[in-house]
Amino acid sequence: MTATPPSVTRTSGIVVSGLVVETARHHVPVVADVAFEIRSGTVMGLVGESGSGKSTVSVALLGHARRGLRIADGEVRVDGQDILAMTEQELRRSRGRLVSYVPQDPASSLNPGLRVGSQLTEALTIHPDALAAGQPALARVHEVLDEVGLAPTRQLLDSYPHQLSGGQQQRVAIAMAFVCRPRLIVLDEPTTGLDVTTQRRVLDTVRQLTQRHQVASVYVSHDLAVVAGIADQTAVMYAGRIIESGPTAEIFRSARHPYTAGLFRAAPSARRTTLLVGIEGRPPRPGRWPQGCGFASRCPQAQDDCLPAVPSLTSVGPDHVARCLHPLPSDAIAHANPPVPPSPGHSGSALAVSGLVAHYGSTEVLHGVDLTVPAGCCTAVVGESGSGKTTLARCIAGLHQVWRGKLSYAGTALDPLPQRRSEDERRVLQYVFQNPYASLNPRTSVGANIEEPLRYFTALSARDRRERVLRVLDDVALSADFADRMPDQLSGGERQRVAVGRALSVDPELLICDEITSALDVSVQALLVEQLRRLQHERGLSMLFITHNLAVVRSIAQHVVVVSRGSVVEQGPVEHVLDNPQHPYTIQLLADLPHLEPTA
Amino acid sequence: MTVQTLRSGRARNDGPARRRGALRRTLTAALSTGRGRVGLGLMLLIIALAFIGPYLAPNDPTMFVGPPYAPPSHGLPLGTDDLGRDVLSRLLDGGWYLLLVAAAATAAAVAVGAMAGVIAAYRQGRAGGAIMRVTDVFLAFPQIVFVLLLVSVLGASTWLLIVAVAIVQAPQVARVVYGAAQDVCERDFVKAVALWGVPPRTVIRRQVMPSLTTPLAVEGGLRLGFSIILISGLNFLGFGVQPPNPSWGVMVNENLLGIRANMWGVIAPAIVLALLAVGTNMFADSLARAAFGAEQAEDFVAGSALGVGPS
Repeated sequence: MTATPPSVTRTSGIVVSGLVVETARHHVPVVADVAFEIRSGTVMGLVGESGSGKSTVSVALLGHARRGLRIADGEVRVDGQDILAMTEQELRRSRGRLVSYVPQDPASSLNPGLRVGSQLTEALTIHPDALAAGQPALARVHEVLDEVGLAPTRQLLDSYPHQLSGGQQQRVAIAMAFVCRPRLIVLDEPTTGLDVTTQRRVLDTVRQLTQRHQVASVYVSHDLAVVAGIADQTAVMYAGRIIESGPTAEIFRSARHPYTAGLFRAAPSARRTTLLVGIEGRPPRPGRWPQGCGFASRCPQAQDDCLPAVPSLTSVGPDHVARCLHPLPSDAIAHANPPVPPSPGHSGSALAVSGLVAHYGSTEVLHGVDLTVPAGCCTAVVGESGSGKTTLARCIAGLHQVWRGKLSYAGTALDPLPQRRSEDERRVLQYVFQNPYASLNPRTSVGANIEEPLRYFTALSARDRRERVLRVLDDVALSADFADRMPDQLSGGERQRVAVGRALSVDPELLICDEITSALDVSVQALLVEQLRRLQHERGLSMLFITHNLAVVRSIAQHVVVVSRGSVVEQGPVEHVLDNPQHPYTIQLLADLPHLEPTA
Repeated sequence: MTVQTLRSGRARNDGPARRRGALRRTLTAALSTGRGRVGLGLMLLIIALAFIGPYLAPNDPTMFVGPPYAPPSHGLPLGTDDLGRDVLSRLLDGGWYLLLVAAAATAAAVAVGAMAGVIAAYRQGRAGGAIMRVTDVFLAFPQIVFVLLLVSVLGASTWLLIVAVAIVQAPQVARVVYGAAQDVCERDFVKAVALWGVPPRTVIRRQVMPSLTTPLAVEGGLRLGFSIILISGLNFLGFGVQPPNPSWGVMVNENLLGIRANMWGVIAPAIVLALLAVGTNMFADSLARAAFGAEQAEDFVAGSALGVGPS
């Protein structure tokens, strides 16, 4: 609070001070003490996991609060004008011109009934003062489309949003944000749904435009690596407060708050093979803050003095502040994670796929895929959305039945239909779904969910089943009292652990994990990945790990298969493929992958 | 790691308050609204009247106690009917039959309709399509015409009345349940269990049905309202009840001629019927609102009335 005093004299840039957002009904704060400055022409990264309040802050910068919330206090000065002191009408007039916003999902931010050209000119007809004297609106539209890397052809201007790809849509959304030359742009995870190559281009565009037009940008993200590549300064949020902020290079080199350091230890890297260390526990829910430091209950450094009051932001370096009474030494994250121990030797192949061709209707989505999962090994299948990786997993599991080719487990061929597979085949192959919010029966307890497969695959008595459930919970590091909870009382990470536990309860030999960490925060992903890796080593479990995240592959898999447009483009041991890629697609993918080491 | 897990487990205090099932949560939410409370109150009032009434009736409902169409007097607060029987006693005795028949018909309709809808949704493909096409054919007939056709062909005994009303209501239930079940059947937890090779019957019973309790409760409430109206309409037309016995629908018909001499013979049963129908509908509507939110609830209730189910 004290460390970033708002300078009254400087007028170019953004000065936020004392921002408080609370629930409209009970006046419970969900965001408090938020203060920062952004110079014009620079980008600030606002990092936080789900529920940290980063999105609430980002819309509060536009003078908006989601339904049920209200901005209770604070100032957001854009070039000296306080956004929060404006009347509703002034605020409306300022939007687009003074401040603008790029949401996460471009598909929902563009009007599906308007052509791209008219959407872009619309803002200019409302804000004609944004144009240089005598400049026609269309000229500005051409200019801004050029800037975001889209050729301003007649065809593009006349197309509807649904005719564009996700990357193009997001660039149109960014063009819309820049078209009136605002002073502050808030980008709320604009690249989350995009593949890495498109993401890289979008990030480059945002950085260039920010500099060229001397805009102050706030880039909200849960992804540290993305922020490393774009932000000049970074602020980390936890439980509604900024807990650490400073120059990006400084934060990424020497994070001092235990939570920030924890995030770094949890973040996978495509360059180094390290064990991921997650953060146990879960963050306090919005509006249910504990007394004192919000992180204390999960913090390995926590001491008694953390509990009485919320620590204030104190200086820990040049322009670098942390909200911690016991900050870590500045070299704490440099040598934090131990390397992954070598996996046990393996013999023979568990799963073999050859010439697999799969269809959805009349569209062929897999064009002859060959791969093997050696017994006791983890094979990762990496690909972007639409590459067919999930279809591959679904074919193997029996969820997708329209395919031809050969699929065999331990030497025996597997039927496409799960009903025609033997009971033993159904047991040894277990599938874990992507979305932990849909894969558990919401009407029965966690224990009953885990027990369900035991009813069909074993003849255990109710008491033995219960015993097995408790053992499984212990395997996935959940305490026994989870058995009696309902799924909706669990966080996403806990649910996913239950789903893995359910699969493990029947002693499978091959676990098919379909993007199981993609819905999870990085600190939770790290816990799950590490547990799976440990289980794999301890039990000789084979795994097929489907993911779009190249970095996480390194921490869990021994083999990697890179899939693009329904075909395997490269496969081999993880170190070989990631350190020395051969196929142009893999090379491109690795080059575009954002890295934790900051470049800005 | 374990210590921290325990700590995080303790730090969260959700308590048993959140352990209630979705249906109970919906009920509580529905009863916290004025619409839900008034609706349930009306329903309970009329049901109480119908089932306690026979014991309170001052006279035998089939006994002649005065001249036909006598206006209200000291001993006969609602006067007499076309044959000189006590309107109040007949009113108090005329509800239980209607309610029992309506409840039985609704229960049968919901059971058959839910089964058909769930199976159609789970099976998809040709079997599911066939079931839904059959329901479409049933839905093409106007309800009352269809029941009249059945009753006049099959006869008018009580159990045939129940069967006829159940038959016309079931396709509407099937439509609604089909819509809700389609969504549930697509969920991963259902697929996960199916992948283990569990027979469809067990998957439906253990995984799909528990997620449908709320739409079923709402639909059951709405169907009950429709059944009451339908059956009292049939009673009015002379089907289902043998003449000396009272029923609210029958009473309206019997006393229509003498409405100018003693209007209570018609108005009293009409008011009770209206209150019952309004109460049932309000309560079902509040349930739907609590379960799906106001906007979707309107779609649900409107769709249910038309027999097209929620979109």
